[in-house]
Amino acid sequence: MSETVIQAKNLDLTYQTNDGPIHALKGVDLDINKGDFVSFIGPSGCGKTTFLRAIADLEQPTGGKLTVNGVSPEEARKARAYGYVFQAAGLYPWRTIGGNIRLPLEIMGYPKSEMAERVAKVLELVHLDGFEKKFPWQLSGGMQQRASIARALAFDADILLMDEPFGALDEIVRDHLNEQLLELWARTNKTIGFVTHSIPEAVYLSTKIVVMSPRPGRITDVIESTLPRERPLDIRDTPEFLEIAHRVREGLREGHAYDD
Amino acid sequence: MKSIFPILTVVAAIFALWYVFAVVLNAPWAYSKAERAEVELSFSEMVADTMAQEKPRLPAPHQVGAEIWKTTVEKKITSKRSLIYHGWITLQATALGFAFGIGLGILLAVSIVHFRVMDMSVMPWIIASQTVPILAIAPMIVVVLAALQVDDIVAKGVISMYLSFFPVVVGMVKGLRSPDTMLLDQMKTYSASSSQTFWKLRLPASAPYLFASLKVGAAASLIGAVVAELSLSQNGGLGARLLAGSYYGQTIQIWSALLAAATLAALMVFVLGAIEKVTLKRMGMAQ
Ligand SMILES: Nc1ncnc2c1ncn2[C@@H]1O[C@H](COP(=O)(O)OP(=O)(O)OP(=O)(O)O)[C@@H](O)[C@H]1O
Ligand SMILES: [Mg+2]
Repeated sequence: MSETVIQAKNLDLTYQTNDGPIHALKGVDLDINKGDFVSFIGPSGCGKTTFLRAIADLEQPTGGKLTVNGVSPEEARKARAYGYVFQAAGLYPWRTIGGNIRLPLEIMGYPKSEMAERVAKVLELVHLDGFEKKFPWQLSGGMQQRASIARALAFDADILLMDEPFGALDEIVRDHLNEQLLELWARTNKTIGFVTHSIPEAVYLSTKIVVMSPRPGRITDVIESTLPRERPLDIRDTPEFLEIAHRVREGLREGHAYDD
Repeated sequence: MKSIFPILTVVAAIFALWYVFAVVLNAPWAYSKAERAEVELSFSEMVADTMAQEKPRLPAPHQVGAEIWKTTVEKKITSKRSLIYHGWITLQATALGFAFGIGLGILLAVSIVHFRVMDMSVMPWIIASQTVPILAIAPMIVVVLAALQVDDIVAKGVISMYLSFFPVVVGMVKGLRSPDTMLLDQMKTYSASSSQTFWKLRLPASAPYLFASLKVGAAASLIGAVVAELSLSQNGGLGARLLAGSYYGQTIQIWSALLAAATLAALMVFVLGAIEKVTLKRMGMAQ
């Protein structure tokens, strides 16, 4: 069996707000293995972002156990175990694309000689070669998002956490980026945690689909994909694909029914 | 170039209004002179007189213009009657005070952003400091500093700093806090130290805010220097010219010193604007 990279056991996370506590996560159990591509899908407010942020040590669980690479999320963060791609590209306007990708490398103290090499490599990985000296505002939204993915790939983290990275993009660009993301995943063999609202996107990308439901946020279904790792875009028309998509939709519906 | 016409219109309107007020305010003196000389003044004679008085209540623009011409172009700049000489003295004190003000402002802003205690304890004092009328405390500060044998230019600089650090603090605090939670979270995911976050994120993000407050601060520091010169008038400067002018009722001199000060302020704001443009452009923050 492949090794477990992220493990959540009976995880609770409650936000204390002025309107009383909000149970963003309740009794979440999940194992993510090395090399998995895991998608989190569910209605708004079901705790997808919260879970990702807990893994990233940006939120503190209030109960249960969470380990990343066998250690606590904080230790994992300090060991720079993951790259995190936020919903907005979050590029620094005063840095060029190359400069933005260099940012984490500078912070982590990579030698200068190595930086140029790494920047060139990740720019090529997201098909942005030649844009190194451009400023963010000179790029389209999709290109900016790719640049922010490149930035998360620039350093040696085995885990890539992405929170609706393509949420703001149109369907065509999204398809394209999905293809590129799969290709990238295959080439880098990273473990990816990916939040999305799109069923086709989740099914197309993932080896494991985690369906969540809100109030309190919990996991209602975990679907192991039977699709091959090699996935051309038109795999989305195969019966196998549609069957998985159907199961995801059922899972989502169940979560909603719980609401009433 | 399109913007020049509205500006010219406004300037023309100001001059027209200025002339009207000059006539109205100086007319009583013109009439009383005529009365003593026992002559009748026609309207046009009265108007002509109001624009050529030696100590008018409100000098006409061309009188001030002539005075400025006389005290700049026609005087050696080393002469004590040269406006440029006095302007230079004021500018030096302003520059020194502004430099102090920027330094102090940035220092305070950085500590306020980094230490919560500073935010709670120092910020109220900073705001309170600006509610004290500077005209009242400037002479006291000058006396105290003189007793400490501080150079006069430093004493002026201190007053100037007192007025100019405030906009710098306010702008810098806002600028250093301008990066949103996402960008700060991102720094956390890189496990960046707080000094790295400061140098790589907070400081560059504050640049536009800093420039905006520098422009306010420049004008404030000039006011500070001029006010200080009212108390240290033996050393010259535009403030000293103002004081001397009001001693002897030389309204034309007062107004020309005022205009010189305004020009100086405009010049500094213009230079800062140019630096801002170049800097932000080179930083890639202006498109
Ligand atoms: N910082 C916070 N403080 C208080 N409550 C929060 C906070 N962040 C999230 N919540 C609440 O926790 C719940 C889960 O939020 P979360 O952002 O994880 O949802 P999500 O699944 O990512 O939703 P979306 O699909 O809209 O992004 C929501 O009810 C939200 O209001
Ligand atoms: Mg979310």
